[in-house]
Amino acid sequence: MKDIHSFLCSPAESTHRHGPHDRIVISSRVRLARNLRGASFPGWAKKPERVKILEVIQPAVSSLPDMADSFGEAMDNFTALDKQILVERHLISREHAAKNAGSGLVLNREETFCVMINEEDHLRMQALRPGLQLRAAWNAIDAFDSALEKKLDFAFDNELGYLTACPTNLGTGIRVSAMLHLPGCVLDEQINPIIQSVNKLGLAVRGLYGEGTEALGNIFQVSNQMTLGESETVIVERLEKVLAQIIEHEQNARERLLEKKPKTVFNHIGRAYGILANAHSISSKETMNLLSLLKLGVDMSLFPGADRTLVDELFLSTQPAHLQKQVSDKLSAEERDLIRADMVRDRLKNVSRPVTK
Amino acid sequence: MQCCVCKEKPATVHLTQIVGEKMQKLDLCEECAKAKGVNDPTSFAMADLMLGLGASQEIAETAGVELKCPRCGFSQADFKKSGRLGCPDCYKTFAEGLSSLLKTMHKGTRHVGKAPEALRQSRDYADRLKLLQKKLAKAIDEENYEAAAALRDEIKSLGGIAVKSR
Ligand SMILES: [Zn+2]
Ligand SMILES: [Zn+2]
Repeated sequence: MKDIHSFLCSPAESTHRHGPHDRIVISSRVRLARNLRGASFPGWAKKPERVKILEVIQPAVSSLPDMADSFGEAMDNFTALDKQILVERHLISREHAAKNAGSGLVLNREETFCVMINEEDHLRMQALRPGLQLRAAWNAIDAFDSALEKKLDFAFDNELGYLTACPTNLGTGIRVSAMLHLPGCVLDEQINPIIQSVNKLGLAVRGLYGEGTEALGNIFQVSNQMTLGESETVIVERLEKVLAQIIEHEQNARERLLEKKPKTVFNHIGRAYGILANAHSISSKETMNLLSLLKLGVDMSLFPGADRTLVDELFLSTQPAHLQKQVSDKLSAEERDLIRADMVRDRLKNVSRPVTK
Repeated sequence: MQCCVCKEKPATVHLTQIVGEKMQKLDLCEECAKAKGVNDPTSFAMADLMLGLGASQEIAETAGVELKCPRCGFSQADFKKSGRLGCPDCYKTFAEGLSSLLKTMHKGTRHVGKAPEALRQSRDYADRLKLLQKKLAKAIDEENYEAAAALRDEIKSLGGIAVKSR
């Protein structure tokens, strides 16, 4: 089998992708769910049918011009560790990582298109972009879908639209989402009212690595939930409007914090730096939370000379599967914590402590 | 507080979500939360959870006899278990029960937005026919027979069948 690691860009390279507002918006994603007419959904189809469907879909996807340089493979050909790495990169869902024979993945070289085959639906195609680029992501996946429908017969109903395994995705089958870094809103205790008001608009907000408000690394994902009765562009536009407001809230929160509670901010960032630069054992959770503060410090110009990409790279390379991949032996959680701390200390050795005047 | 899925373990994960005017609450134990994908940002949606729990019962209760999809053999009981359907045809089989569910879950009950290119024309055609038939019914209601006759002709010219007056 081809090696997914030689195909994926390195954590360091991945930090050099830039997009509008990428200090706050980490990435944009638009996903479309599609199914083949006359075939059972993956959750109900027996294995031979799933394998057959994969054999039809995978070559069709790989043959698209956008996928000329792509990596396509059945899920049973990935090791558990490789699947976990794909989850940490946000390329596939945890559900998809649990799949084996009869499910597959096609990813292009730039990592801007990632298609999950036989996840919950026959096709879950995603367009990914750095920063705030929902419109670009939608246009990309729209064109991708239009090209694919010439090769595959999608299940579509005049009343109900694209038919999906779960009625929650029916109609457009679209999920528009953005990943946000909101340390200012969290420190300024603005995050709960923001979540509530965004929820009222029928959008979901969730901590990317945690539950509810216990969002690790102050990273949140905002996405639409309703897919029937509104067009794709209306949904994209609503998300754009809401995201513009959240970005403004975050910028205001950061300014307000520096103006009204500088000691609180410096204390958080200084302690984060102190622990990261000196710890000899550190969990993945703690690392994420502290790196978020370090990143805030870089954004606030408290670490002159420190490159923001360094923090982004550490964010990815200190995650459990990425860490495990870098060392050959199978590690226990405790051993990982030691190696993680060594790695972070080493990478921060040239970063001086924050300048807080 | 007990977990609302397994009704055994204590609930440690509490979810509240407001969709429009509706407030939905769920209390789950650690394991059930994981099993339901609450940890997974790309797949979790509150509505999914509600479906897998109480809401899907609506489907089973709307029809007296147990329905089975003629194409894939999927039954109401299966839907109750998984909150997912068996195949695209299931939407026809369970149409009656699903319609109220869709109303609570989505903005509307009719698809607006992209359609496959091959179907786009026939979809426009169906839309137009529907509109004309609506107008015709209204004209008949209002005893505006002149307008009704014109509408009938237009429907006929489109190849459709004009709905008989009551
Ligand atoms: Zn439970
Ligand atoms: Zn069926």
